[in-house]
Amino acid sequence: MDLSLLLHDTLAIGPISLITLVGLVVLTIEALHNKTENINCWISLVGLAAALVLSLVQLPTTGTAFSDMIATGGYASFFSAVFAAAGLLTVMLSKSYIKKQSIEHGEYYAILLFAIVGMMLMAAATDLVTLFLGLELMSLSFYILAGFVRRRNESNEAALKYFLLGAFATGFLLYGIALLYGSAGTTHIPSIVGKAGMLASSTMFLIGCGLLLIGFAFKIAAVPFHMWVPDVYEGSPTTVSGFMSTGGKAAAFAAVLVVFAPALVRGVEPVRDVLAVIAALSMIVGNVIAIAQTSIKRMLAYSSIAHAGYILVGVIAANSYGAQGVLFYLVAYTMMNVGAFGILSYLESEDGKNVSFDDYRGLSASRPTLALLMGIFMFSLTGIPPFAGFFGKYYVFAGAVQAGYTWLAILGVLMSVISAYYYLRLVVLMYFSEREQDAPVIAVPTSGLGMAALVLSAIALLGFGIYPSVVLNFISHFF
Amino acid sequence: MIDQYVPIGIMMVVAIVFGIVLANINKWIGPKRPSDEKLSTYESGMEPVKTARERFSIKFYMVAMLFIVFDIEIVFMYPWAVKFKELGLFGFVEMTVFILILVVGFVYVWRKGALKWD
Amino acid sequence: MTVELVLFYLFGSVAVGTGLGMILQRNALLSALLLVGNFFCIAALYLLLQQQFLAVIQIVVYTGAIMVLVVFVIMLLNLAEDHPRPKKNSMQYSIAVALVIGFLVELVYILMFTDRAPAGFHPEAGKLGTVESIGDALFNKFMLPFEVASVLLLVAVVGAVLLAKKRLP
Repeated sequence: MDLSLLLHDTLAIGPISLITLVGLVVLTIEALHNKTENINCWISLVGLAAALVLSLVQLPTTGTAFSDMIATGGYASFFSAVFAAAGLLTVMLSKSYIKKQSIEHGEYYAILLFAIVGMMLMAAATDLVTLFLGLELMSLSFYILAGFVRRRNESNEAALKYFLLGAFATGFLLYGIALLYGSAGTTHIPSIVGKAGMLASSTMFLIGCGLLLIGFAFKIAAVPFHMWVPDVYEGSPTTVSGFMSTGGKAAAFAAVLVVFAPALVRGVEPVRDVLAVIAALSMIVGNVIAIAQTSIKRMLAYSSIAHAGYILVGVIAANSYGAQGVLFYLVAYTMMNVGAFGILSYLESEDGKNVSFDDYRGLSASRPTLALLMGIFMFSLTGIPPFAGFFGKYYVFAGAVQAGYTWLAILGVLMSVISAYYYLRLVVLMYFSEREQDAPVIAVPTSGLGMAALVLSAIALLGFGIYPSVVLNFISHFF
Repeated sequence: MIDQYVPIGIMMVVAIVFGIVLANINKWIGPKRPSDEKLSTYESGMEPVKTARERFSIKFYMVAMLFIVFDIEIVFMYPWAVKFKELGLFGFVEMTVFILILVVGFVYVWRKGALKWD
Repeated sequence: MTVELVLFYLFGSVAVGTGLGMILQRNALLSALLLVGNFFCIAALYLLLQQQFLAVIQIVVYTGAIMVLVVFVIMLLNLAEDHPRPKKNSMQYSIAVALVIGFLVELVYILMFTDRAPAGFHPEAGKLGTVESIGDALFNKFMLPFEVASVLLLVAVVGAVLLAKKRLP
């Protein structure tokens, strides 16, 4: 390699280089000055917006960079755009939230940006080494963000729990990578996927796949590796929970779809069976336990487990319908969950209260706009047309039926019906229930930036729901 | 291959033996005429007030963690130093980027006062 | 018996001995020192497998840095030397024993009844573990992961300061 090639490759992975650079700048400013939160917020916003544009520009191209360690354009750019958008919305929502929680440190933005770099690396990786480093970068950033509210015990608990269990899951993942390397003789992912049919009878390969699956199942929050989810989502700062559940999940699914690519899933029957069991369990456990929750934050945590199950159905389908469904679902899920957590963060009080179902009684009277937005997000999470959540589910289940997994599709639809109970209960409480007389009214500061983010995600949900082809045109040639 | 490591092996054996001998030579060849007074903690007559096994300050933990991170950074430099000539300018640029990213961390640690004993 | 085999048995048995000693030792600080001995033996075993770089890293990172942290933690916690033995959890205990026996049977089975990997090294194996070949791979093919590693270390530094520093200015 020489220097001109180095420059060329650095530009080829533009969004990743750019966000890394912005993260370093933000951290340097934070180190050298005090009271930098505002500057850092705006720098992060500009950087993320630029990365979003850059990703969209690079979308039609395709190629690899850095001796085939990472893919550029196409699939990688698509996910870069998703992560940049999720990051953008999260930063917009965070500005007033971290001020309210008195955790206004400039590092917040820097670590958020590095988490996005990790996600982008995961989605773009064509080598298991890159994939692993991306995953570690993302996870490490999340451990720190989860514990950001140091004065609150729940936040410390979330960070510790997430770190211990996450480190354990990383161990499984790494061991799986070692076994895959041992059996396939390479860490280059497309080569491994290409050899999958040949390796399917090798015990070492199967155990490697199994261990890798455990690591990924932990990151996407699928049953039976979901125990950390409710406590971590509840204890973390709300904007961070929103980002973890969307960006983190999307990144893990992007990596799953690269390693457990349709070709591999079709070729290795045991992997497919295990995935089907995980998906079914996630849908059942997530939805059933979500019914019993009194805190909306915990409800969203369990619903996040259920959604991991739905999205996995698309991975199991292992056809172009299912794979495109996964991508579309992830876009929709990112918008609606960032939005739902965004509203929670908007209305949360300084001591982390005001996030239970009862607190949202009669919200339509006091805060009509927020109630309307929350209604949109809840309808979309349920999967009711014309919102984008519906099409995500539609494509994923259609793919499953096409692949002969009708029972999974039926289970998915049944579970969606159950989920309507707890999603729509919130809507009913907001619109058809009176606020209790003695309930204290919590005044929350309005934030233009936060409101803009909420409105943007609602518009995107509606837009992608009515014109799904906007997204589908981009992704139709990936699979 | 293993014979290349004979000098290192000899050095380690010498180091271990040297350490053991130095630590114990006093005990072995020194004259021993103990009395109650000599065996007390302070011969000057001060009475010891509490155990010497005190809890360490938690501040050491910060130092140890930072030490590990920067120690791992050093590990990457061994292969770079060995391949320095062959890699040429390209390798130099690579390592510069690597170091610069970590210098940001170092500046951060310094400015945040994590190296201060407060 | 070749020299390598003698050395393998020497370091292997010392590694097992120090490992056992570490677990059975009641004094935490002595345990840590035995672990250092164990790490040294493992490094020697790496060397016998012709993994020179790995052997050096084992000593620099594990015996050097990680053990410093372990010893600090022991001194921070200031464990009393005569604290009572924890009560045995009989359920946990029996599961552990069953697992150990299972593992032992598996090992014996593998040693007795299966074709093991061919004895001896691939002729090129000696070159793979050298600092040169690691440098070659790290700074050419794996240069992106190398740079990402620095970002990872940076986040670790920032996280350590953010979460462990007493007061943030």
